[in-house]
Amino acid sequence: MADNAEKLMSFDEAIKRFDPVWGLEVHVELSTNTKLFCPAHYEFGATPNTELTPVSLGLPGSLPVINKKALDDAIRLGLALHCHINEWSQWTRKNYFYPDMPRDYQISQGDYPLNGEGYLDVTCEDGTKFRVPILRAHVEDDAGKNTHIGGADGRIEGADHSLIDYNRAGVPLVEIVTKPVEGTGAKAAEIAGAYVRTIREIARALGVSHGKLEQGNMRADVNVSLRRSPSDPLGTRSETKNVNSFRGIERTLIYEIRRQATILSKGGEILQETRHWDESTQTTTNGRLKSDANDYRYFPDPDLVWVHTTSDHVEELRKTLPEMPWVRQARLQKEWGFDDRQMHAVLNAGAVDVIDQTVQAGATASGAAKWWLGEIARVANEQSVSLDELPATPQDVADIEEMIKDGKLNNSLAIKTMDGVLNGEGSPADVVAKHGYKVVEGGDKLEGIVKDAFAKNPDVAEKLKSGNMKPMGVIIGAVMRATHGQADAKAVRQMIMKIAGNK
Amino acid sequence: MLRRRLTVSLSRLEFWEASDMSAENEIVKLSAAQMAQKLASGEVSSRELTQAEINVIAAAEPSIKAFLTVSASRALKEADESDARRAKGEKMPALAGVPIAIKDMIVTKGIETTAASKILKGWIPPYDATVIRKIRAAGMPLLGKTNLDEFAQGSSTEHSAFFPTHNPWDTTRVPGGSGGGSASAVAAFEAPLALGTDTGGSIRQPGAFTGTVGVKPTYGGVSRFGAIAMASSMDQIGPVSRTVLDAALLQELIGGYDANDSTSLPDAVPPVVAAAREGQKMDLHGVRVGIIKQALGEGISDPVRTNFEHTVSLLKSMGAQVSEVDMPALPYSLDAYYVLMPSEVSSNLARYDGMRYGIRVMPPADQEQSAQNMMLATREAGFGPEVKRRIILGTYALSAGFYDKWYGSAQRVRTLIIREFNQAFKSVDVLVSPTSPISAFKIGSEVSGNPMTMYMNDIATIPANLAGIPAISVPMGLANGLPTGFQIMAPQKRDDLMYKPAAAVEAALKQESCADMLSSLKTPWVDQAAHGSDVAATDADQINKAEEAAVEAKAVGARSTREEK
Repeated sequence: MADNAEKLMSFDEAIKRFDPVWGLEVHVELSTNTKLFCPAHYEFGATPNTELTPVSLGLPGSLPVINKKALDDAIRLGLALHCHINEWSQWTRKNYFYPDMPRDYQISQGDYPLNGEGYLDVTCEDGTKFRVPILRAHVEDDAGKNTHIGGADGRIEGADHSLIDYNRAGVPLVEIVTKPVEGTGAKAAEIAGAYVRTIREIARALGVSHGKLEQGNMRADVNVSLRRSPSDPLGTRSETKNVNSFRGIERTLIYEIRRQATILSKGGEILQETRHWDESTQTTTNGRLKSDANDYRYFPDPDLVWVHTTSDHVEELRKTLPEMPWVRQARLQKEWGFDDRQMHAVLNAGAVDVIDQTVQAGATASGAAKWWLGEIARVANEQSVSLDELPATPQDVADIEEMIKDGKLNNSLAIKTMDGVLNGEGSPADVVAKHGYKVVEGGDKLEGIVKDAFAKNPDVAEKLKSGNMKPMGVIIGAVMRATHGQADAKAVRQMIMKIAGNK
Repeated sequence: MLRRRLTVSLSRLEFWEASDMSAENEIVKLSAAQMAQKLASGEVSSRELTQAEINVIAAAEPSIKAFLTVSASRALKEADESDARRAKGEKMPALAGVPIAIKDMIVTKGIETTAASKILKGWIPPYDATVIRKIRAAGMPLLGKTNLDEFAQGSSTEHSAFFPTHNPWDTTRVPGGSGGGSASAVAAFEAPLALGTDTGGSIRQPGAFTGTVGVKPTYGGVSRFGAIAMASSMDQIGPVSRTVLDAALLQELIGGYDANDSTSLPDAVPPVVAAAREGQKMDLHGVRVGIIKQALGEGISDPVRTNFEHTVSLLKSMGAQVSEVDMPALPYSLDAYYVLMPSEVSSNLARYDGMRYGIRVMPPADQEQSAQNMMLATREAGFGPEVKRRIILGTYALSAGFYDKWYGSAQRVRTLIIREFNQAFKSVDVLVSPTSPISAFKIGSEVSGNPMTMYMNDIATIPANLAGIPAISVPMGLANGLPTGFQIMAPQKRDDLMYKPAAAVEAALKQESCADMLSSLKTPWVDQAAHGSDVAATDADQINKAEEAAVEAKAVGARSTREEK
């Protein structure tokens, strides 16, 4: 390992002494039916090397033809990022060798990208907003996938051979490049994380990408440099390539700030290099020095003509934009009556969609939030899965809320019912029927049980009868135990009041 | 003046001499249009025609070596299918049943395609180029794949990795290049038609050297899908034939929009067949012809100049209005071309890395057996010196810090040249020049030995590629027993404009000499084929294959011997 986290300057100290400037290159894989330059289909997980044409294999004589759908999706993404859509954009060849890139050059965009300058506003935990400046969002094609066999953890080091799957070769990517982001200080990682999460929400809302980081639908290159003061020129930057989780992106930023601060404070020099984020050690490790880097020999791809995007077409696409995530969030927050702190908890949990759907299925917003941020979130956390990967649906949550409202379930029964749903036992109705969950209503039976509890706790009974209602919980607990939790708490409370003579 | 009269009279003398030698009614000596007529009338079947060509190929190849692959068995099958379609009463395209040869730069499904490079030896493409699909759909049997300078880089076909092709007019001479195989095959009557690719003159200059017609259509007029890329912004597939009308018929068949090629033009093919027929009437009144002043500078050999001037006088005599056009930027074409072309080559040829197709040469045993070393060994053994030279030149021209100086300024020169053509075509309909400043040179001579001399050969043909405009080379008579070519260029998308004067020149020269120029070519192999029995297709399929295998074994095997030591 190149650096030892133990010896690094603390983050707080680093921020005190240096001003971080960072930038992200976020790759978003578009979910078009076919690839960027040929009609080959692509689906994650398909049998290797089955989704190919002469073009995606780069066979001699093959020629790329632009997928119009991919361009439209990229423009819609650009519009959502407030980008200037360039009327004329051009394809550029980026020449380098990698075994999974069949033409030995990537088709990307150089001086004339499809989407020019834009910005994205993100909201911090404390409710403050920050505007991330975007330089460009261009289109390019992805490479295939290498699988290294024989080494540890599928890494190339120590592998004795590698398998190449060209299925992904040619899949469209939009690369969103920020300008150097200044003035974030201690919030650098938080803002970077919020920025990438917002891009994912946008991409999903637009339906242009699955946005699954674990499937490589999104990944980011993280650039970081430090300077003593905001008035100094930019420092030398490191570039950490292909970080593929939100946390990885945030931690890369924090780690690089600490690492560079440690070096600089000792009078050392930052090398311009590419680095790699190592999830297992939570550190970045050094890769290639810029001086050893490929000379990509960019030049306009003569196989492709200029892309002409008319303003009419841009306006047509603008009309197809759905409500943007931040607009929707503001609307829902208002509709739900949540304060900023509550809304932030919802956003952090990634629960906007499920709560919205639960409300649409008839539940109250607070009722829905109670479940999705409570019991369901707890189970999701335990199992390390996302909310939508659990068996509970918004309809299930709304049904349980309905049963509570109708007095068919009390809180403890409701939680048991939800646990049954989360266990895969079926709908709330199925779970209730299976276990015979039933609230013990008021009336003679409940009266008998409460009286019994009074009799067994004479001290408490005395206090209650004298008007001191503080120890009421003891009786409620006893009643609940006696009814196996099936008593309706409200009815129990009323019954206690009645028997205590405080009605 | 004396020299000119001598040359012309000498060439006439040769015509008479040769005419006596040729077998008048030999079917393979007909034009493609004539063959098509005989096929349509049922006088001859496609199988008979194809077999006759296979017989000529078998007789000619030992001395001509135009083919890298002869696909005789397949061709006969395709001929039978074509005959069957016709027998069923199907309405057949104009050239149905007429066999054709294809430059080995064009991808053919199921038939080995090498670009005359060791690095692609053994590659059998899984798909057809768009032009091949059209040719197959038209029922034209595919005789085989013709030789070229490796990856179309060269002007003599000596840079084929496998063997040089010989000029049928004098087998000690080159047929030009890169498409020397297609040109020689058509000139030697091994095929009535062929396809070539033209990036800087690779169809036209061999046309001039072999006395055939060669056309580079407007860039985008014929789909490039399936043409192995050399310099994508200039590559263009085009016809090789013995008559202007044949070229027009073939261009109409292969031309038109193709959704698989982004640079394909949406326009319909210009009416080139009608233009060629119009030209045959030898009336050029109203046609404005510009002679490019800069194309007649130094380096033009005297016989070429003489034949050129004579052809211009024929144009005038047919009523054309001839003027001189000044194009001062034109001489910089060569400089721009030799920056742009290698730049594109360096990128286009990067994919030949031994990973996926073609040969793979493993590094010597004492080296790390890594992907990088395998690539190095494969490219070292697989690419010839001219290809390596251009890859290195192009890599340099595109490298960081040099891009603007080299590629950028070459692009600006290209823009200037395009503007000059646009300007010139405001006052004239077509521009003319000699196709090549010289006639065919000796195999192994200084011309091909010195890259600069060889590059100079393309000085007249390169501008059309830079500007994307159409150009045709038609024979303009012999000089010292060797063909010379007359080039006509037209504005973009107006290929028809050049076909008319081209057909007129062809007709006028024929009238003057009372015969086609090619009929004066001595073709002992045609006579030999006519007197021999039919060559078995399976035997024909093996033509030149042993020689290629030996070259490949030497390239790949050199490593294994070293490994064993």
